[in-house]
Amino acid sequence: MKVSETSDVTPKQSSSQPTIRKPKQDRPPDDDRGTWKLNRRNFLSLSGWIAFFIFLFTSTLGALRFMFPRVTYEPPSTFKAGYPEDYIIGEVSEKYKDQYRVWIIRNAEGFIALSAICTHLGCTPRYLASENKFKCPCHGSGFRSDPDFGINFEGPAPRPLERLKISLAEDGQILVDRNIKFRYELGDWTKPEALLKRG
Amino acid sequence: MGKLKEKFQQTEVYKSIFRHSYQDTSRNRALQILDNVFLHLHPVRISRHATNVGYTWGMGGITFLLFLVLTITGVILMFYYRPAAEYAYEDMKYLMNDVPFGPLMRNMHRWGAHAMVITVMLHMFRVFLTGSYKPPRQFNWGVGVILLVLTFLLSFTGYLLPWDQLAIWAVTVGTNMARATPLLGHEGPFGPELGMQINNDIRFILLGGTQVGPPTLLRFYVGHCIFLPIVAAIFMAVHFWRIRKDGGISGPDTTKKEF
Ligand code: FES
Repeated sequence: MKVSETSDVTPKQSSSQPTIRKPKQDRPPDDDRGTWKLNRRNFLSLSGWIAFFIFLFTSTLGALRFMFPRVTYEPPSTFKAGYPEDYIIGEVSEKYKDQYRVWIIRNAEGFIALSAICTHLGCTPRYLASENKFKCPCHGSGFRSDPDFGINFEGPAPRPLERLKISLAEDGQILVDRNIKFRYELGDWTKPEALLKRG
Repeated sequence: MGKLKEKFQQTEVYKSIFRHSYQDTSRNRALQILDNVFLHLHPVRISRHATNVGYTWGMGGITFLLFLVLTITGVILMFYYRPAAEYAYEDMKYLMNDVPFGPLMRNMHRWGAHAMVITVMLHMFRVFLTGSYKPPRQFNWGVGVILLVLTFLLSFTGYLLPWDQLAIWAVTVGTNMARATPLLGHEGPFGPELGMQINNDIRFILLGGTQVGPPTLLRFYVGHCIFLPIVAAIFMAVHFWRIRKDGGISGPDTTKKEF
């Protein structure tokens, strides 16, 4: 049996002989875990650790949420692009390209809003009128202009440029919604909202 | 005069700074390393083969030197550079054209950064060729891979800071790849199934928006100047300490008879 200085739970020491004190040993405290398999020391340490991990967990979640801004100061997704009469047939207008990254195109059938975001990795292609194509400066993707605006034909771009929802606003202006995209490879370009019919 | 010097060396001030004499004994040589905060990660003694430049190419050490150069020149650049979209490009131009020694500091930072990417890779190449990734050094190889990634991230975040056309479009291209991250990107495998959209995926958190803009510049700046260097420094400390614990620079087995 171990000789313990503090333990009075085991009063079996023979009182006649003087006890020889052993030097204190570096061993964990006696493990009397009681009914709940938990003594006071364990309970305090456990609750301390639980509190610590709860704190760690919630503050990690908080820090993560902190990094997602609620408001972004980016240009709105819908914009008005002037009146249909502002454009002439056969025109590829770059008027709204700088701010909204959209070409407004008028051909014999009507109006198209063509997204100026390269379908490779997102640079802004350039409209080269003399070569009748859109050319991306980043890795050289080329997209056709007249007549099938946006079809990819050279470079790494995997699919045609997207067309955006185009309609007429109540005041007669052209309304473009950049959130609604029409993808050629999904057969979207034949949908009515991909083209604003106008002779 | 000699007496005065001796007296000075007996003062408390002197002894508290220089804690041992400068005699060339092995004990003193060891103490010089152990007592120096900058050298204490370094082993007290290294084996002869470890000093062979043809073996190590000195690439790890050169990488660390470059990291120090980049830290110092980087802090110097921070005195003139403001990470806001209105100022960033102007400040870079100002540094390059009007600040005394500005071009020198910026070019040291820029070329040092390029060089560090190269030396990190050469260091890895050497470690691979000499089989130094094998036990007991597997853990340190892992730490090294993390340091490689951190070097790339430092390089990538620093690339945006000049805020010119090259920077913006390079980072646009780079971060657009994050769209395709598995699980965490809105165009990646299982991304949409997990509810990822353009405004809540991993790319959004990187950019602070849905496109490269002023919030991106600030995010990259903080990452480049604060977060990534601290993380890299911690991993570097572990990396150096672990070299020593794994028996120093790898080499021939000296326990065998022939050596
Ligand atoms: S981003 Fe347009 S070709 Fe790569």
